[in-house]
Amino acid sequence: MIATESLSKRFPRVTALDRLSVDVGPGVTGLVGANGAGKSTLIKILLGLSPATEGRAEVLGLDVATEGAAIRERVGYMPEHDCLPPDVSATEFVVHMARMSGLPPTAARERTADTLRHVGLYEERYRPIGGYSTGMKQRVKLAQALVHDPQLVFLDEPTNGLDPVGRDEMLGLIRRIHTDFGISVLVTSHLLGELERTCDHVVVVDGGKLLRSSSTTDFTQTTTPLAIEVTDTDEHPDGTRAVREALHARGVSVEDGSGLPGAGHILLLTAQGEQTYDLVRDVIADLGLGLVRMEQRRHHISEVFRNGADSGEERKEAVGHGG
Amino acid sequence: MAAEQSTRTPVTASGDTRIHNIGYRSYDGARLGRAYARRSLYSQSLRGSYGLGRSVKSKVLPMLLFVVMCVPAAIMVAVAVATKAKDLPVDYTRYAIVMQAVISLYVASQAPQSVSRDLRFKTVPLYFSRPIETADYVRAKFAALASALFILTAAPLLVLYVGALLAKLDFSDQTKGFAQGLVSVALLSLLFAGIGLVIASVTPRRGFGIAAVIAVLTITYGAVSTLQAIAEVQNSGDSIAWIGLFSPITLIDGVQSAFLGAASAFPGGVGPSNAEGIVYVLVTLGLIAASYGLLMRRYKKVGL
Repeated sequence: MIATESLSKRFPRVTALDRLSVDVGPGVTGLVGANGAGKSTLIKILLGLSPATEGRAEVLGLDVATEGAAIRERVGYMPEHDCLPPDVSATEFVVHMARMSGLPPTAARERTADTLRHVGLYEERYRPIGGYSTGMKQRVKLAQALVHDPQLVFLDEPTNGLDPVGRDEMLGLIRRIHTDFGISVLVTSHLLGELERTCDHVVVVDGGKLLRSSSTTDFTQTTTPLAIEVTDTDEHPDGTRAVREALHARGVSVEDGSGLPGAGHILLLTAQGEQTYDLVRDVIADLGLGLVRMEQRRHHISEVFRNGADSGEERKEAVGHGG
Repeated sequence: MAAEQSTRTPVTASGDTRIHNIGYRSYDGARLGRAYARRSLYSQSLRGSYGLGRSVKSKVLPMLLFVVMCVPAAIMVAVAVATKAKDLPVDYTRYAIVMQAVISLYVASQAPQSVSRDLRFKTVPLYFSRPIETADYVRAKFAALASALFILTAAPLLVLYVGALLAKLDFSDQTKGFAQGLVSVALLSLLFAGIGLVIASVTPRRGFGIAAVIAVLTITYGAVSTLQAIAEVQNSGDSIAWIGLFSPITLIDGVQSAFLGAASAFPGGVGPSNAEGIVYVLVTLGLIAASYGLLMRRYKKVGL
């Protein structure tokens, strides 16, 4: 779907992309990076709107430098920022955008009705956009990116500004874009957690460099840091310590969650696949303790950087950019 | 995912009524490409210039100005027919000059409507993420506003012409005058659209755009006609023509009095000579080209 080869983009004062080489196949791909990591710059280059300083890139087998218009006819783009005029209705706006993508008038109207329904906008689509909630606006933005039935869509921070429920609905919708609509997706976010659940493949960039590119199953199954908190009982007045010792005895290395909130009561360990979860469950049950929580503890991309560097999969310079 | 499955299952509503989600249908019909997209943008912008496809509120001003442009023409025609006059009370070429305040107001209200909104609500990136390019956007917007202005300025001329024929005035005279008038307002439309769009494209704020366009059109005209009046009093008649180069409406006046048989509205009624007239035409065309160039430069920078 997308292939870049030592792609660089330098502005007078910053290097937005630094020799980025990445291959993205069909399916849902997450592009993760902190703000300013070069995600939006990459999308601009892939749409053929901004020339790369060095290197080359292909989208759907078309060269971004020379075949930008052909690429833009076949891909959709949902920007990060607000982009909707408040005084027209969603229907009018999406019909207009469909025509701007080259759809004949009748097809534009039919596709608009279909697409708005698929993203979950019903009666409200005849009202002016100005009165919509953030969630509804995000749906309209998504609809205008899908209305011409592209082969690939770029979604720039689609969950921005949504509440947890809206976020889950949007992620479900993104998943459906691939499974039901058959459209491949490149979705950016600075939250790895939410992309893990949605994407088949995750690409992590930082400071314009590729940190890691692997399928999500690799991410979740091998190296998930796990946080555990247990209750104390009369039998084990310090439950945390008891669990640590029991796990040590089974050959699992455990760290204290020092520096984290609730330090001293939290144990950190690295889950090596399904069996670790079972082991933890059994150990705690044997001790007769209550399990307060067991959660995946990776909310920061910096931890991926550390993992990436530790496992030696990626270039060493990654460490310098951690955080 | 749970959400996925539920949307696929038929939902049983009351009784036997069932709602089936027919699922996603892909599109493999025609994709008409860049030229079609440009035309679509043109027609959407042209309709928008008269508030069509927009809210009722935004129809009021352009429609009102259109009526205000046409009513005097209708009255003149009525008078000419009733009094069996030998000629219309005003020349075709003169009409737009007389009504310049209305035209300026129209440009000031509709140029920002056309481009400032796209900038303010950041819709421009959506256009450029589609097959069209900077040049297509600029051409579509420019052509749309120029067409809207041409409709505004040519409609009253049509009223005058039809009225003149009804009053059985000389056919060839009237046709010639009408044609000259159309050429003049076509030039005026291009010039005013260019100036209006360049000013409006600089600001995402519609209010600033309106104020700036009115200021540029009226202040230049005020300054030029004052200087011309002073020049006439001081008997330096030669400079009157050269001063006229510095405001859009006197520029059009100069072009048409030199080449389109119009009586000049300059003080003393003396328009530019033929040689000076060529300078007028060149300046007019130069300004139109410069507006286009400036718009292109402006939109090169407004990427995503």
